[in-house]
Amino acid sequence: MGVLELLLETGFWVATVRMATPLLFGTLGELICERAGVLNLGIEGIMAAGCMGGWCWVYLGGSLWGAVGFAAAVGAALGLVHALLTVRLGLSQHVTGLGITMLASALSSFAFRMLLPKATTPPKITPFAAMDIPGLGSIPFLGPVLFGQTPLTLLALAALAVTAWVLYRTPAGLALRMAGENPMAVESQGLSVHAIRTAAVMAGSALMAVGGAFLTLAAFDAYYIGMVNGRGWICIALVVFASWRPGKALLGALLFAAFDAVQMRVQQQAGLAIPYQVYLMMPYVFSIVALVVMSRRAAYPAALLVPFRKGER
Amino acid sequence: MRQSQTVLRIRGVTKRFGPLVANDDVSLELRRGEMLALLGENGAGKTTLMHILFGHYRADEGEVEVMGRPLPPGSPRAALDAGVGMVHQHFTLAANMTVLENVTVGTRPLFSARLRQGAARRRLADLSARFGLHVDPDARVRDLSVGQRQRVEILKALYRDTRILILDEPTAVLTPQEGEQLFATLRLLVNRGLAVILITHKLREVMAASDRCVVLRHGRVVLRTATHETDADTLARAMVGGEVPRVGRRPGEPGAEVLALDGAVLCDDGGRTLLDGLNLTLRAGEILGIAGVSGNGQAALADMVSGLLRPQAGELRVHGRAVAAPSPAGMLALGVGRVPEDRIGTGLVGDLSVMENLVLEIYRQRPWSRWGLLDFSAMRRGARELIARFDVRCQGPGAPARQLSGGNMQKLILARVLSGNPSVILANQPTWGLDVGAATFVHKALMEASRAGAGVLLISEDLDEIFQVADRIQVMHRGRLSAPVRPDEADAAAIGLAMSGHGDARSEAARAS
Repeated sequence: MGVLELLLETGFWVATVRMATPLLFGTLGELICERAGVLNLGIEGIMAAGCMGGWCWVYLGGSLWGAVGFAAAVGAALGLVHALLTVRLGLSQHVTGLGITMLASALSSFAFRMLLPKATTPPKITPFAAMDIPGLGSIPFLGPVLFGQTPLTLLALAALAVTAWVLYRTPAGLALRMAGENPMAVESQGLSVHAIRTAAVMAGSALMAVGGAFLTLAAFDAYYIGMVNGRGWICIALVVFASWRPGKALLGALLFAAFDAVQMRVQQQAGLAIPYQVYLMMPYVFSIVALVVMSRRAAYPAALLVPFRKGER
Repeated sequence: MRQSQTVLRIRGVTKRFGPLVANDDVSLELRRGEMLALLGENGAGKTTLMHILFGHYRADEGEVEVMGRPLPPGSPRAALDAGVGMVHQHFTLAANMTVLENVTVGTRPLFSARLRQGAARRRLADLSARFGLHVDPDARVRDLSVGQRQRVEILKALYRDTRILILDEPTAVLTPQEGEQLFATLRLLVNRGLAVILITHKLREVMAASDRCVVLRHGRVVLRTATHETDADTLARAMVGGEVPRVGRRPGEPGAEVLALDGAVLCDDGGRTLLDGLNLTLRAGEILGIAGVSGNGQAALADMVSGLLRPQAGELRVHGRAVAAPSPAGMLALGVGRVPEDRIGTGLVGDLSVMENLVLEIYRQRPWSRWGLLDFSAMRRGARELIARFDVRCQGPGAPARQLSGGNMQKLILARVLSGNPSVILANQPTWGLDVGAATFVHKALMEASRAGAGVLLISEDLDEIFQVADRIQVMHRGRLSAPVRPDEADAAAIGLAMSGHGDARSEAARAS
């Protein structure tokens, strides 16, 4: 079966959109942080924390939507830690972010082991079911691809719309973008750069954690250690690919997910003629190539990575 | 219609930075509809005082009252709400965003759902029209000229119903024409009842535009007077604290050729011609002034002499020998000292200390390093000596260079360059944005170096400066240089015309030769 045929198959697109969902959450979250001028390398760990937190909430008897809320809260709390260190104290954003990733990943595994010291197979929960919307679901192609997903996919698209609206159409978004371009311009207009950046990092981190929670609450029905598997780092690359624009972030997430879906299909069909690692590698090779091509004309937020210290010349 | 209503009262403000007292018991009053000039040399405490008023710094002592009500310290928001607006010397605009976005940020409640750019656009257009501040609201700030950016800064303040407008060195970055336009606008604002504080050290502007003057020196108020009751000399003496130093020219005896360009041609990546066959000869012991409006190839000329760019045709000679592959380190080794145009960007490393900046070009030599290790105690000793010799006002050899004022940064660069005893000195806009005292210091230092045998290539937009210190003058226009003339033979008006490209016979002659 050729790739062309694959692209015409509805099932392929259903898988693509499903796999793009956590990436879209993560990329939007990272984009919000970076637009305010803060690189958040804690994303990989924050997604792991959301993954574990969401699963845990349901495992301990909570509702699915409660789990989404709890994951967001965990993410926001980790974002607050990142913001305190990088915004208030002006520490290195790279080092702090990597530290957050290590802390949050390890805490997630630790909490899992504390909760289930003897489990050999991860216990299952009942995840979000695919939606069954009368009418909408029976539209050809779009029905299954968009409305046959779990509600979290629609939530991701809603988050995209809200992010774009807030960034470009509200005073808060204007201030956030300007804090990432020239913090002095914001401070001299009587706004607090620290407050804006802290809020942006917390909101972005909450979105990342919801992206992580998608893995346990919708894509799969159990938690296992190492589940995020580098998706956070992919989101960092996708932000550059997207040139810090929400609309392009959707495109990037879909493109990467499509490569991943193609890779899985081809791998199944080609058998073992080629080592399977080669297929696994494909989406990452794509992301490197896309980065090289796109980032050549990417316009970074001018004040990304630059801490703002009040009263300093 | 003038009312003598006091809008601003500063009482007994003192501000210390470590052992440095930036403001020492400063008091002043500002009335509605007047323009107050705040004068002083660099480091006299003008900018610090305004930062306190605007809430960027907190005063250690004293208080600020706006419209009869005390202003809470340390809050730009409170200052803005009280009607204080400030146009900083270094603009606070986001270059990648539009004029409208820069003007409106923070003017609406943060958590409203709409930006209401339509209403903002109308208000901005109305203000632009009323005060003659024309600028395209949808243009990105990075595409605007410096003069237009300043208009955006003023509009930002007016948009917020500012009643007290502070301008910090507003003409330092403007062409004379833009400066005149600015003062016309300010007059209009004052006539409508605004109160304006003009921070400057240009006495001509003060005498022409202001109603009252306050002079600061070493953080203290030393003179307070109505402008029509004083004159430029009195103000200058108050600023410097004595007689104004004057630089005397001396007839020089030029020696051997130290630097020469022979038909140097340079194009940029897009194929645009930057330098179009430059000819110049710099001899030992002379100062060669390159006059001209910036943007006519001065940057390329300076980069070439610094070894950053290689001429695509023609020859660059140092001490009579052609330099085939110029490099910054190579030119340095040949004895070319550089005072670059951009002090903060290329002249100094702001986050490094004063002493580290002093050894940037020689740190690999003894005694600054031994066996590959830096000798900090030797650096500190050397730095103390140079700080004293060049009168660099700073908290000590370990202070970060970015904390220095503009004049002291330039003294630091001069200390680094001159302590290496260069035989060629490239000085690109060396007094740009400096006050009289610091500029005089720079001129004296350059003249002393030339008397000691160095050749000085002085690139400047300031014709007065060129006439004051140069032995020969060449005018740069569109990548070409006119033939050299001596200042006593030259006519300032003719040179001014050559600068604007209204041809002169001598540059034609130079091209033909």
